[in-house]
Amino acid sequence: MNINATLLGQTIMFAMFVWFCMKFVWPPIMAALEARKKQIADGLAAAERGKHDLELAAHRSADFIREAKEKAAEIIALSDKRASEIVEAAKIQAHAESERIVVAAKAEIEQEVFRAKEQLRTQVSAVALAGAGKILGREIDAKAHNDLLEKLVAEI
Amino acid sequence: MTTEALTSADYIRHHLQNLTCGIREGHIHCAHDAVEAKEMGFWALNVDTFAVSLVLGLVFLVLFYRVARNAQQGTPSGAQNFIEWVVEFIDGSVRGSFTGRSALVAPLALTVFLWIFLMNLMDLIPVDYVPYLAEAMGLGHFKVVPSTDPNATIGMAVGVFFLVIFYSIKIKGVGGFLGELALMPFQSKNKLVQVLFMPVNLLLEGVNLIAKPVSLALRLFGNMYAGEMIFILIALLPFYAQWTLSLPWAIFHILIVTLQAFIFMTLTIVYLDMAHQEHH
Repeated sequence: MNINATLLGQTIMFAMFVWFCMKFVWPPIMAALEARKKQIADGLAAAERGKHDLELAAHRSADFIREAKEKAAEIIALSDKRASEIVEAAKIQAHAESERIVVAAKAEIEQEVFRAKEQLRTQVSAVALAGAGKILGREIDAKAHNDLLEKLVAEI
Repeated sequence: MTTEALTSADYIRHHLQNLTCGIREGHIHCAHDAVEAKEMGFWALNVDTFAVSLVLGLVFLVLFYRVARNAQQGTPSGAQNFIEWVVEFIDGSVRGSFTGRSALVAPLALTVFLWIFLMNLMDLIPVDYVPYLAEAMGLGHFKVVPSTDPNATIGMAVGVFFLVIFYSIKIKGVGGFLGELALMPFQSKNKLVQVLFMPVNLLLEGVNLIAKPVSLALRLFGNMYAGEMIFILIALLPFYAQWTLSLPWAIFHILIVTLQAFIFMTLTIVYLDMAHQEHH
């Protein structure tokens, strides 16, 4: 238990151990710890940012949906208006068409009536001639009396 | 009864004897007893203390170096986990006690703590194992706990003391350091009174300065030596009764082992912090 050169040896050994620890052990471990600390901090910040972004996106999507809804309502209103316009126009057109058809039909009817009258006239004149012929007892020469007949038809 | 007492005394003496070797008449000679070790004077080496502390220091450094070299910033595993836990504990202690900025103090604290812890831990090896093994190898004595050898504890304390003086002078300059020794704690506006105070101040502050390494060294040495002594005394009991005392003492000693390493480390940090602080 006496003091001897071991003391010097121990001091030198101690100094060397401390030097080695200071040079090769402590810095890399601390560097790794610092790097991890930074990584974790970065990760947390990124997560925070992500959360923020998500919030923003949610806001934006809500806005989009609201806008889309408004637009859709607008479109529906517009299309309703347009439909009613089209219906109105169709109604007007149909009315005009019906008018036209009625007018045409009337004209046709008049024409038919006229044609029927004409035919009737011809036939009546023929009947009259036949009747007259029978009454006169002889054949009226249609050719000879054509002028007379035509005058008669025109009169009828 | 007397022979019994003598053998007990011999047993204890044998266990407290370092393997002191020196060069005598041109060849290496190891002391057989305390008297012979004393006669060797200063130029002898406690081979057991030196070898065990060297091996333990290398165990600590190699283990930590391997992890440090492969340290990953990602998820740590296994040994890295444990070593990071230790390093963060030391780093926390240093940050708590040391206010300056120094690249040395934290690794110094780590080395002090782990080296002393490992040296103290040798105390938990049953007291007879290593001496018997050494005897089988032809070595007369072998004290396996380096921190029960004052050479080891004083050696470390001297190292810390040099650092304290080095940093005191580095931070405050030679004048500042000497001024701190001579002009405190008694101060006076009167120049003459101040000069009269100087010897008293020098004495007080000198004692204060010297007390640092002495208390560091003797506290550790005293605790470990006493612990070892109690283990040796317990070993004198009959073998079937030893565990009743050695087990509780060993469990208690686990606390002492860690606590003494921690105290040495904390005081080292505090002393260096004081060396870094400017007084006014």
